[in-house]
Amino acid sequence: MSASAQNQAVQTGRITRTFIYVFLLVASLFYLLPFFIMLVNSLKPLSEITGGNMMALPQTWTIEAWGAAWSTAQVGVEPTGLRPYFWNSIKMVVPAVVISTVLGALNGYVLTKWRFRYDTILFGLMLFSCFIPFQIVLIPMARILGMLGISGTTTGLILVHVVYGIGFSTLYFRNYYAAFPTELVRAAQIDGAGFFQIFRRIMLPSSGPIIVVCVIWQFTNIWNDFLFGASFASGSGAPMTVALNNLVQSSTGVKEYNVHFAGAILAALPTLLVYIVAGRFFVRGLMAGSVKG
Amino acid sequence: MAQASDVDFKTKLQHWIPKVVLSPSLFLVLLFVYGFILFTVYLSFTDSRILPSYGWVGFENYSKLWRLSHWTTSLTNLGIYAFLYITICTGLGLGLAIFLDQKIRGEGILRPIYLYPMALSFIVTGTAWKWFLDPGIGLEHTMHLWGWESFKFDWIKNRDYAIYTVVIAAVWQTSGFVMAMFLAGLRGIDSEIMKAAQIDGASNWNLYRRIVIPLLRPAFLSAFVILSHLAIKSYDLVIALTGGGPGRATELPATFMYSYTFTRNQMGIGASSAVIMLMTIAAIMIPYLYAELKEKK
Amino acid sequence: MGFLDINNVTKSYGNVEVLHRVDIAVEEGEFLVLVGPSGCGKSTLLNMIAGLEDITSGEIGINGRVVNGVHPSNRNIAMVFQSYALYPNMTVGQNITFGLEMHGVPKPERDKAMTDVAKLLQIEQLLDRKPGQLSGGQRQRVAMGRALVRDPDVFLFDEPLSNLDAKLRVDMRTEIKKLHEKLKTTIVYVTHDQIEAMTLSTRIAVMYQGYVQQLGTPKEIYDTPANLFVATFMGSPAMNIMPARVAVVEGRPHAVVQTSEGGEAQLPFSQDNMAAWDGKEILLGIRPEAITDPDGADRKSNNIVALQNRIVVTEPAGSDTFVTTTLGGKDVISRLRADVSVEPGQLFDFAVNMEKAVAFDPQTEARIEG
Repeated sequence: MSASAQNQAVQTGRITRTFIYVFLLVASLFYLLPFFIMLVNSLKPLSEITGGNMMALPQTWTIEAWGAAWSTAQVGVEPTGLRPYFWNSIKMVVPAVVISTVLGALNGYVLTKWRFRYDTILFGLMLFSCFIPFQIVLIPMARILGMLGISGTTTGLILVHVVYGIGFSTLYFRNYYAAFPTELVRAAQIDGAGFFQIFRRIMLPSSGPIIVVCVIWQFTNIWNDFLFGASFASGSGAPMTVALNNLVQSSTGVKEYNVHFAGAILAALPTLLVYIVAGRFFVRGLMAGSVKG
Repeated sequence: MAQASDVDFKTKLQHWIPKVVLSPSLFLVLLFVYGFILFTVYLSFTDSRILPSYGWVGFENYSKLWRLSHWTTSLTNLGIYAFLYITICTGLGLGLAIFLDQKIRGEGILRPIYLYPMALSFIVTGTAWKWFLDPGIGLEHTMHLWGWESFKFDWIKNRDYAIYTVVIAAVWQTSGFVMAMFLAGLRGIDSEIMKAAQIDGASNWNLYRRIVIPLLRPAFLSAFVILSHLAIKSYDLVIALTGGGPGRATELPATFMYSYTFTRNQMGIGASSAVIMLMTIAAIMIPYLYAELKEKK
Repeated sequence: MGFLDINNVTKSYGNVEVLHRVDIAVEEGEFLVLVGPSGCGKSTLLNMIAGLEDITSGEIGINGRVVNGVHPSNRNIAMVFQSYALYPNMTVGQNITFGLEMHGVPKPERDKAMTDVAKLLQIEQLLDRKPGQLSGGQRQRVAMGRALVRDPDVFLFDEPLSNLDAKLRVDMRTEIKKLHEKLKTTIVYVTHDQIEAMTLSTRIAVMYQGYVQQLGTPKEIYDTPANLFVATFMGSPAMNIMPARVAVVEGRPHAVVQTSEGGEAQLPFSQDNMAAWDGKEILLGIRPEAITDPDGADRKSNNIVALQNRIVVTEPAGSDTFVTTTLGGKDVISRLRADVSVEPGQLFDFAVNMEKAVAFDPQTEARIEG
């Protein structure tokens, strides 16, 4: 997507251009509106929401709902707020991201620089695992986690996310290393470097961008996961997404919309932050995961 | 000459280390993906209810499954949902990409705005849209307050229209991503081809219809594959947005599988529905991946 | 047995044999060039010497030791790659000493070796830079420095000049030659450029379709090519090949060739054994510089024949003028002195040096020995 490749050829008339700008602006309203509403209403007292207009700015600005969502709201049976679940997610995401990225980097290195018979088939098997509907593994996964004694624990979820994250992280590193000159590896071999020395001294120092892409992708995916969290870690071990859903769906008492909105934003915050800080890499990850790179 | 055994060791090591390094991942994938698939396929032929059981019942679960109106409803819903989701996302994504490619001022601001929903969890998206579409508090209510008393938008509570609200929320989440894919495709087109077409006298409309869009074929294919597999896997969004309701109006195979397996204790039927989901995705993904990997060699 | 001994070596991928029974013995201090078009197997052979590819059958020996199955780093070789393969994250100095570091050479010795090599190649001022900051020629030097510092038994060069522009390529070519003459090391050098092969080598192996077509000194390869492929691949412009018939006239074998005017020219062979081919069809090969203007003809030759033929195209190249004419129904290029004035369409008296002519068997395409 280099700027020089931008097409310089298309000429558009004034009316067409106006139409294009209007269309693009309306579209941006469509994308911004839901989040805007969440944000605005999370800053209102409940009475203003039920009685008033959701588009209106708060008459009384308050961060009470945020405090409630974070530490006092009823999630499931306990009035703990989302805080413990936020930490659950962190404790799950960090190791899962690290492990799956390390494995992906090693796999990508082997699959491009130490090729052997049938390596493409093995990669195909790993790649396909990215796309399976996870319903197909839910039942046996529940049994295995039970047998290992880690069902309902963060450790169990880490295992699950590592396993189903390997495909994507391998894909990223394989595509990246495929473009890495093999002659460098050969030169290092002649220089006497072994498998791990080449990886550490030659490959890793040049892998910065793809590590960022992979970490962001895995982080977003694992943080946002709901299916595995809901299946294997309900109760106090649940991750943020599951807790948010419990908060929002709880049928007891008055629906505290402002708390729900604050909770939703809290759940979205880490990934949004990553997106804002490293959007470039986020997009690159999306593309590599789809158009293969 | 003296060190012959030494040197052989290094070469041998070099031969084995890569395979040893790959093997843990391979083991995990073979067991947790392919082993589990086989296990679930096996379960789909058994009389498993609340727990796995190993009484062989042949295709009974499958025939039961296809007789369940719950399942056929969820398949119909998936059909409607997937068709609209893929079509609208592709159309909207392509439109936005083409418009953004006209040297638009503020592209750097607009692009991230279109794309940010992709960073959100479907649960967050569902929560946001749930209240926005709720007639009692959301859009309809707001319009009434603004004086448009006759405005009616209660799709989310309406059995006949609820599935379209899932489409709206899903399109909101993913269309920016499709836009990014098409934009990358557009930027990859050789500008000399465009200039040549203009010298040949092609209007903008013909330029895009006859030259540019056909050149975007690979992007269309990728978009289709990605969107269709996302559609089949859609689960979180429905749970957060409608919970499958009202009634069964927004049940999809993914929610069907979950409820039959874990809340209705019909594991055999749940497993058979998962197998059908897998086969559908495999029918789309395997030819695609095969072509991709073959090309690369 | 040579210093580098390639003994009956073959290479197969699956059932496809890509390199067929290669036998080359390289003496110590020799500069062997493997030359051929892409896909001929020359790089595969080089990689097998380096240990980067397995040997399917046969043996490779370096300095008296069979190295089949020996790790590349333990063969005492060094290699210069086409892309230079400099580690982008290390400085020039680290690049040069990485191999020593991997072999456990202590830092002071490494630094000394690095300084010596840097001085030899005149790259002392570059030692702290990263490869990305260097020009093509500088990278080339660093790559050679990395090879030199190992003080190996054999240097392997894999098309080291093909990424340089034309001018720099000629300079570096001279420099490699100087280096070889100074250090007297054994070198195996792969290229597809026949001029590099001719100028650098002490011996050339011309390869095509997985076979060594001919192994010999540059002069042998140029003057007595083993077959049609070698004849046309080596030399620029390529050797002219034209159909001819052998006729013994007055006891001496002649090549009878159709001229541009429809007549037949009789060109006497210098090789007497061509009489055995009396009446048969052959392919006659004459290099452009052996078809000249009479004043430009080789004075030492005993077999200059006059030949009148029509000029089709003239291409003045500054130092020479190349003229295209038709012999035996083929376009034939001749090389005249630059100041001969010629016009297209003109009938011209050429002087053909038949001492340098070679004949090929049209069936086997092998040169007819003489």
